[in-house]
Formats: sequence, C-alpha cells, structure tokens
Amino acid sequence: MSQPSNASLEAQIDQWRGYLRRRQAIHAVDVAELEDHLREQVATLEEAGLATDEAFLVAVKRMGDLDSLSREFAREHSERLWKQLVAVRTEDGVGHRQTRTEAFVAFGLAILAAALLKAPTLFGLDLEEDGSFYARNASLFVLPLLTGYFAWKRRLAAGTLRWLALGFVAAAVVANAFPFTPEGSTEILTVMHLPIALWLGVGVAYAGDRWSDVAGRMDFIRFSGELFIYYVLIALGGGLFTGFTALTFMAIGIELAWFIGHWLVPCGAIGAVMVGSWLVESKQSVIENMAPVLTRLFSPLFALLLVIFLGTMLFSGRGVGIEREVLIAFDLLLAMVLALLLYSASARDPALPPGPFDVVQVVLVVSALLANAVALWAIGGRISEFGFSPNRVAALGENLILLVNLTWSAVLYLRFLRGRGAFAALERWQTSYLPVYAMWAAIVVIVFPPLFRYI
Amino acid sequence: MSKTPLAPPLEDALAISKDLIAASSTPIVLAILAEGDSYGYAILKRVRDLSAGRMEWTDGMLYPVLHRLERLGHIESRWERAESGRKRKYYRVTRGGLVQLDEERRQWQAVDATLRGIWQMAAARLEPDPTPSIAPIPQGA
Repeated sequence: MSQPSNASLEAQIDQWRGYLRRRQAIHAVDVAELEDHLREQVATLEEAGLATDEAFLVAVKRMGDLDSLSREFAREHSERLWKQLVAVRTEDGVGHRQTRTEAFVAFGLAILAAALLKAPTLFGLDLEEDGSFYARNASLFVLPLLTGYFAWKRRLAAGTLRWLALGFVAAAVVANAFPFTPEGSTEILTVMHLPIALWLGVGVAYAGDRWSDVAGRMDFIRFSGELFIYYVLIALGGGLFTGFTALTFMAIGIELAWFIGHWLVPCGAIGAVMVGSWLVESKQSVIENMAPVLTRLFSPLFALLLVIFLGTMLFSGRGVGIEREVLIAFDLLLAMVLALLLYSASARDPALPPGPFDVVQVVLVVSALLANAVALWAIGGRISEFGFSPNRVAALGENLILLVNLTWSAVLYLRFLRGRGAFAALERWQTSYLPVYAMWAAIVVIVFPPLFRYI
Repeated sequence: MSKTPLAPPLEDALAISKDLIAASSTPIVLAILAEGDSYGYAILKRVRDLSAGRMEWTDGMLYPVLHRLERLGHIESRWERAESGRKRKYYRVTRGGLVQLDEERRQWQAVDATLRGIWQMAAARLEPDPTPSIAPIPQGA
C-alpha cells in the first residue's frame, strides 16, 4: 500500500504523535504501533475516495479520544504512572551512553571525595582528635568536586573556572591559616558559614552560562531543595545500613565501632553529596519535585502557627523571653519562612492569576515579619547589655538580611495579589538576592575572625 | 461515499454495551489470531467484517487489550517490516492462548445456551395469546 505521503499529512501525524508522547502511560513503542494503525487507516480511507486531510481527521476520530485512550493504557500498564528513576531507558544509544558516563563520573567523584576526606589521616590528623580541622574543611572536601562535576557537565568557560578555583583556594587558606582559638566562637561561625559561601560557587557552576538569568538561578534553587531532600533520604538509608553493619558483625563478636566512626559514616556522608546531586540531576525531568509539595503542605501550617502565636502573645500580654538564643530561633524561623516562600515560588507558574495559596503565603510572610519585629523589639534594648559577641553580630546580620528580603517580598506579593505587579517580579527579587547570603557568609568567614581576635 | 470504511455506525445497528464489548474482546481477539498471525489494524478490520459492522470498537482501545493478552501470555508480539516499509507489530497466539480460547469458548457457549433457553421460554409464554390487545384508534378523533 503506497500512500501519497504528502508533507501536510506528515506534519499532522507528527503533531498527533507529539500529543500521544505527552501521555505518561503511552510509551514510544505504543505510539509507533498506533501510528502504524493510523497510517493504514488513512490509506484505506484515501482509497475509498477521501482527501488526505479528511482521511486523517476520520482516522484520528476512530482512534478514540486521547483521554480515554491513555486511561485504558494506564489501566493496563499501571506501573508506568510511577515514574522510575533508576530504570530510565533512553531510546537512543547515545543518550544512554551519556547517562552512563555521568553516573560513572559522579560515583568516581564520590569515591574521590571520600579519599580526600581520609587523606589527612596520612599526615597524622585524626578524625576525632583533630575534629575541628575536619569541621572547618568539611565543605572543602566535596564542594570543589561537585563544582567540578557541573563545570564538566555544563562545559564551563575557562575564565569562570579560574574564578571558582581562586575562590576555593582562598576559602581553604582562610579556613586553615587563621589562628582560631580552639572551639571558639569564630571557629564555629566559620564552620557554619563556609559551606553557605561556597554553595554560591556550586551555583555558578550549576547554572553555567545561565547564572545571570532568573531561570538559571531558579533552577539552582530547585536543585538545592531537591538535593537537601535526597540527602536526607540517603542519610536515612545510610543509617539503616550502618545499623545492620554493626548488628551483623556484633553477632559474630566483632566490634565495628571504630570502622563505622572513622570510615563508614564520614565517607558515606561526604560521598552522598555527590551521589545525591547526580540523582537530582538525572531525575529532574523524570520525577516530580518534592520540595514544592512539602511547602504546599507546610505553608498553611506555619501560617496558622504564626497567626495563633501572635494572637496568643497579644491577648496574654506575654513578652518574648530575652534569652540569648531567641535571636537565633527567630533567624531560623525567618529562614524557614523564606524557604517555604522560595520553594512554593519555584513551582508556581508565574502566568497564573493569584489564588488562595498566594494569600496563605502572604499571611505567612507578614505574620513572620510581625513575630520577628516583636522579637527584635524585645531584644533591641538589651543587645548592648549582652555585648557584641561574634555570635550575636552574626545572628543580627542574618536577621537583618532575611528581614529585608521578606519585607520586600511581602510588598511584591501584595502588589501581585492586588493585580498591580507580576509574579515574575518576586522571582527576580529572590534570585537576585541569592549572592547576598553568600556575601554575608563570606564576610563572617573572612572578616569576623580577625575582627574579634579569633575568639 | 457510502462504502464501508466511511460508514458511521449504522442507524439501526445495535449499540452493544461497553461491558459486553470488554468481556467479548478476549475470545474475539484470540479467535482471530488463532486463524493466523495478525496486527492491530487487520484484527479490527476482521472484527468489523465478522460482525457486519455491529461491533464498533474504538480503534485505539484494541491495543490495551492486545497488551493485556500479551502480559497474560496468551499472545506474543514481534516487530516486522511491513511491505510498506513501516515497522509493524505482529501478534501470534501462544499455546496458552489456545487453551484460554477453548476455555472462553466453553464459557460463552454455556452463556449462549442459557440465554437461548430463556428466549425460547419467553417466546413460548407469549405465543398462546396472539389476540391484539389494542383496538385500532379511530383517526381524526
């Protein structure tokens, strides 16, 4: 049967194939089977005297509507509705080889990170006795490798690469050359802030040449959230694995505590960063993002909590306790609210009109700002009494940074709700704010220790 | 324009219910494949011919049925290059499929026999009273 396959028919079939391909339950091989059917039907109809495009319309109609068709396929192939990450099969060999290479590189880098972590032991630095060395350098064992992985994947320009390398070298110098007081505040601050500062380097490599785009940075935000979730999941699995390792050997009377503490847990924890990143990278188009789902669940809960908290505080007249940790607690609260805002924004279609969930977000942000204002008010008068320790200055700076971000976010969100601004403005604000966190973290790492005399 | 491929379901055609179509699809497909290996379009055409157009299957719905039968092991598939040069998925019935077909045949025959008995009884009950119950209505009343 040789049918006159004219260009418009091919284009129409192409389009129809595209619609089918978007159905999750209908795989490419089924589409090929259905296409064969469609073509034969068209050919038969043409022989009966129909024009090509009429024949196409009738054939498509006979095929049945896509929704019920894909429902039938889904009933027969229910496993297809559960997207499989590990068993992803690409149709062409090239894609497959590419995925495999990436997996090899990622796992190789994970092993390298573990080896780097263990290398200082050769120079007599023990994980327990020199814990502070490892704590300060923890991010330096793996983040340069992760950056390198993305630099390789995105084929980063040599110029950018040089800047990133310079940054990491500078970080290594600062973390190790400063004469910290052992377990002093500035050292602990460095331990906490260095990863935040270096994470920006990962972001620059991750986004590649899209770092200056809102979309590129937004992708990095999504990546960070997903990596966090995957890391937690891997850690849970790792905990189980560790437990079974210890138990099975205990059964034959061998104590593995040293091996677990010195090898299994640290190497696993550092390698999991690489493996988790690779998983997030390879899954991004396969599986739904988890972070936005969690924000959907928790944004209303947090909004409710804050509103009730504010109400209770007003009615009972209880002031915020002026403990030293209060500021840090409220920093964490603001960071949490910011994360909720960020990840719900990351999954939102900017073109959609405001909905009820947007109102929840605004309530959340505004009530968090109010709660924070109350806390600042309570602390404000006493801050000089406590003295300006490095911890308090760092906490205050962070509070200020988050406050500025959330206040302007609230303004932009309210504008959006009232129809006076686009949602994209909020996205742009959040993505252009990203370097600020890293800058502050860098300041804490570089300026604070000498400023506070390494206490 | 009244040739069969174009003909919409005939006005007087029986609309066979969805459940019945679903239930009968297994024996029909197996029986057609028992005649010889075939592929989707040809199977549908055969169904249409055999039922004189009374079994209107939506074309696409045949494929999930074929895939189910393949999963159950009643049929197996292979890709072949058709004379048109396109790749085409052929199905053949397996030994298990033939056993299943036999089983289905016995079940359907039992259903058929039961229904036949019922229809006959119903017809017999109606026959002894052939008097017209409705008097002709006068026109123009």
